[in-house]
Amino acid sequence: MSSTFPPVDSWLYPSEAGLFCEPGGFYIDPHRSVNRAIITHGHSDHARSGHGAVLATHETIEIMKVRYGENCAGAFQPLKLGETITINGVGVRLAPAGHILGSAQVVLEWAGKRAVISGDYKRAFDPTCTPFELVPCDVFVTEATFALPVFRHEKAAHEVEKLLGSMAAEPDRTHLIGAYNLGKCQRMIRVIRDAGYSEPIYLHGAVIALTELYQRLGVDLGDVRPATTEDAKSLSGGIVMCPPSALGDRWSRRFGDPVNAFASGWMRVRGRARQHGVELPLVVSDHVDWPELIATVTDVGAEEIWVTHGREDALVHYLATRGIKARTLALVGREEEAE
Amino acid sequence: MRAFARLLDCLVYTQSRNRKTALLARYFRSTPDPDRGWALAALTDGIPIRLPLRRMVGDLTGRFIDPILYQLSRDYVGDTAETVALLWPDEPVDLMRVETTSSDPSPQRVEPEVESAVPSTRGRARREKLDDKSRQLSLDFTPTPAPSPQGGGENERAPLARKEHQQERRAIAANVDNRRSQDDTRSASQPRSEATDRAWGDVGHNSGEPAYLSLGNIIGEMANGTAAERTVRLGQFLNALDASGRWALLKLLGGAPRVGVSARLARTALAEAYGRDVSEIEEIWHALEPPYLDLFAWLDGKAERPDPGSKPVFRPVMLAHPVEEEDWPKLAPEDFIAEWKWDGIRVQISARGGDVRMFSRQGDDISATFPEIRSAFQGHDCVVDGELLIMRDGEIGLFNDLQQRLNRKVVTAKMMTAFPPHVRLYDLLFDGPEDLRALPFSERRARLETWHAREHPRLTDVSPLVGFTTFDDLNVLWSSSRAEGIEGLMLKRRDSTYQAGRIKGQWWKWKRAALTLDCVLMYAQRGSGKRSSYYSDYTFGVWQEDAGGERQLVPVGKAYSGFTDEELLLLDRWIRNNTVETFGPVRAVAPGIVFEVAFDAVHVSTRHKSGVAMRFPRIHRIRWDKPAAEADTLETVLRLMSGGSDAAAKRS
Repeated sequence: MSSTFPPVDSWLYPSEAGLFCEPGGFYIDPHRSVNRAIITHGHSDHARSGHGAVLATHETIEIMKVRYGENCAGAFQPLKLGETITINGVGVRLAPAGHILGSAQVVLEWAGKRAVISGDYKRAFDPTCTPFELVPCDVFVTEATFALPVFRHEKAAHEVEKLLGSMAAEPDRTHLIGAYNLGKCQRMIRVIRDAGYSEPIYLHGAVIALTELYQRLGVDLGDVRPATTEDAKSLSGGIVMCPPSALGDRWSRRFGDPVNAFASGWMRVRGRARQHGVELPLVVSDHVDWPELIATVTDVGAEEIWVTHGREDALVHYLATRGIKARTLALVGREEEAE
Repeated sequence: MRAFARLLDCLVYTQSRNRKTALLARYFRSTPDPDRGWALAALTDGIPIRLPLRRMVGDLTGRFIDPILYQLSRDYVGDTAETVALLWPDEPVDLMRVETTSSDPSPQRVEPEVESAVPSTRGRARREKLDDKSRQLSLDFTPTPAPSPQGGGENERAPLARKEHQQERRAIAANVDNRRSQDDTRSASQPRSEATDRAWGDVGHNSGEPAYLSLGNIIGEMANGTAAERTVRLGQFLNALDASGRWALLKLLGGAPRVGVSARLARTALAEAYGRDVSEIEEIWHALEPPYLDLFAWLDGKAERPDPGSKPVFRPVMLAHPVEEEDWPKLAPEDFIAEWKWDGIRVQISARGGDVRMFSRQGDDISATFPEIRSAFQGHDCVVDGELLIMRDGEIGLFNDLQQRLNRKVVTAKMMTAFPPHVRLYDLLFDGPEDLRALPFSERRARLETWHAREHPRLTDVSPLVGFTTFDDLNVLWSSSRAEGIEGLMLKRRDSTYQAGRIKGQWWKWKRAALTLDCVLMYAQRGSGKRSSYYSDYTFGVWQEDAGGERQLVPVGKAYSGFTDEELLLLDRWIRNNTVETFGPVRAVAPGIVFEVAFDAVHVSTRHKSGVAMRFPRIHRIRWDKPAAEADTLETVLRLMSGGSDAAAKRS
């Protein structure tokens, strides 16, 4: 596209509340309350409560309501993946991001340029959400959570095989699987089901509501039950899903001597697994790993890559060596460690 | 390698000591010789080959990754072996590129990783070319004239004809793609159980793995050759292994794998695996050499216990319990003998048949670091227990001085003059061939004195006893004496026999309470291992007023421990938000965090700008409540150094 058009950063830039599209008058994933926000997905560092109006996929809106209550925003406007609307002359389309259920990239077109704010995304197969769509663009805004060449995630099915192997080897020990309570947890359950495991899977209190929402939205997770205290005593050998923070917690002691597993891209690095006292690391991530990241930022063919939260220094350096213009986008409020 | 890698992986992730021992035991029982012996060596004294591993690895990584990306990765992961294992591409790395030899420091070659993802046809062509060069390399291959005398690797290689080796090396280079299906008859002797191969936690066999990836073969291959040849071979092994195998290989070759298993735990697990007492192994350990074929033959019941013969060996050390407030009423002063606990390191010297060894209390052989002590005991026949100190003109040096000499591979004459060692003797375990360990301490002590008067090895004296009637006497005596080099008091039962380990109620150690100071966090550095990627190493300082009345912080010490994981997270976040400057991995922070630092002593140091350094500093508390301006001053520190009442006052 021609350079006679104004540069993208003249109309899309970070401001105090977050990334702002000036002609459209809206923010994308702002970390403070704003009048109008487009939300890429339901994770708490992207979706916050208290905005005037929220535009997002139906699933993301439902997730926000479960997490923050029905009235967590003044108004909600659902937009289907793939549909385009115009806001103050700015074309807005949501493209699937493949990160979690309902996750979307925000595709903005204005003054002859296209910018894609990808939110969080992955390219690997995930049976619980629509796969990532590659949208060619002029500016691509990318996360850099796992932007180091050491990060290469395993296939989720392979890691689940490892889990089932451990269960066979330690049949008397309950396997506690720490997983981010939105997205990762439900994906793990689905992949465990796909591996042929049909026993009930037990849930820590903190993962119940969102797991039920996934089921209501049509993701079949089989027989899932709350892990009550009585169950805890009788279920030795089963699977219990919990948030990662519950792994070393007093709560986990009710299961006797459980195997602590943790499903996260961080598990690739032994030191990180040891920090969490994990016995069974499962390298499963809802973010792109290094090869996927490199492939994506290359394939979108953008003139410029804007890099947000994570290990942006490595990615920016790498892109510079490839002759691709890249810059760090300082956005506050992104959680570096959560996954 | 697969079984070994799985073992190390499981050990890393297992917290429970019992489970670790069980994993090790299973591995030792189910792994054939010599691999289990090499694994045991890796977990204890290391394998007996020295490699310029850092340089070799630098050379190899330079072939496929940009140095800046490598550095950022290394910085994040916190461990070189793991960084390389994770970075290594799935496509084989081209090892034959001529411009990169070990003499080439491989400077700023900017070659991003994706370049290695060449289309497979190009890859194959490249590998064919590579095969040619590898053949050439094999023909040029000449063994080093004198392989290391300890090179058990040589024995391993012996049954294999050199020609076979060359073929095998070519096979590694050429056959990367079919490596899994390679049929190798030599693996037939290994136990196989393919069904359970994939189960996590199952250690002890390499089913389906070609024999050239056995520990025995790898060590044989890495044992000799020029640096360039060995670099290529290392690269070939890395190409053939998966990420976990690569990590284990680098841990194997690098020594000290740091998988949460001490050398002693490895020996204990071995003993338990075969229903033996660990002291049965420890007592012959230093007469054995990797891959410990004779040891395993004995454990398997196929041979007699190896006889240390005339070699000096380690005898497991007797240790003391710290005495707590509630213990005092149970102790009768007349049952005990008191002596000073000197501030050095506990050692055992074993002299026999013209050879002398000095061991740490964990049984590590540290003789090479202190040739003076070896020569002082030359010609004697004994096993003694004592404290290794630095001594100049009868004055005990600081612990810091001793540290200058510990863990050195090379001991210079200058160092020997500057830091002369001395052993203050506590106990006599063997007088000639006579084992005294079953005698009560009072008798052994008398024998020690007689023996020392008779033999008097140079650089030794006998630690004096401290006379007392009541424990109160002892307390007074101790409080009034702040002699340099005293760390505390030992109370030993008169009737205590010399037994391995910490036997309840026999020996007690009575240490001084730690001193504390409020210091301000100045610099933070990322930790390694378990704490990689967190800012967990802290340099802290105290206030100093200059001539103009300006106050500035001067560093007095560094600590890595004493806080919980939760506190680490808070500190890490605070540091990231309050960084004023970064120097590589180090962040300088604004004064804002006050640590109550506990330490054993303060002494003069040229390392710190403040001119003082702390002994054993650890973070006692984080004083979130205390403003940095109210932290201690250098003056206070200097008063502590002179000892006396200020220190005592500060302690309360």
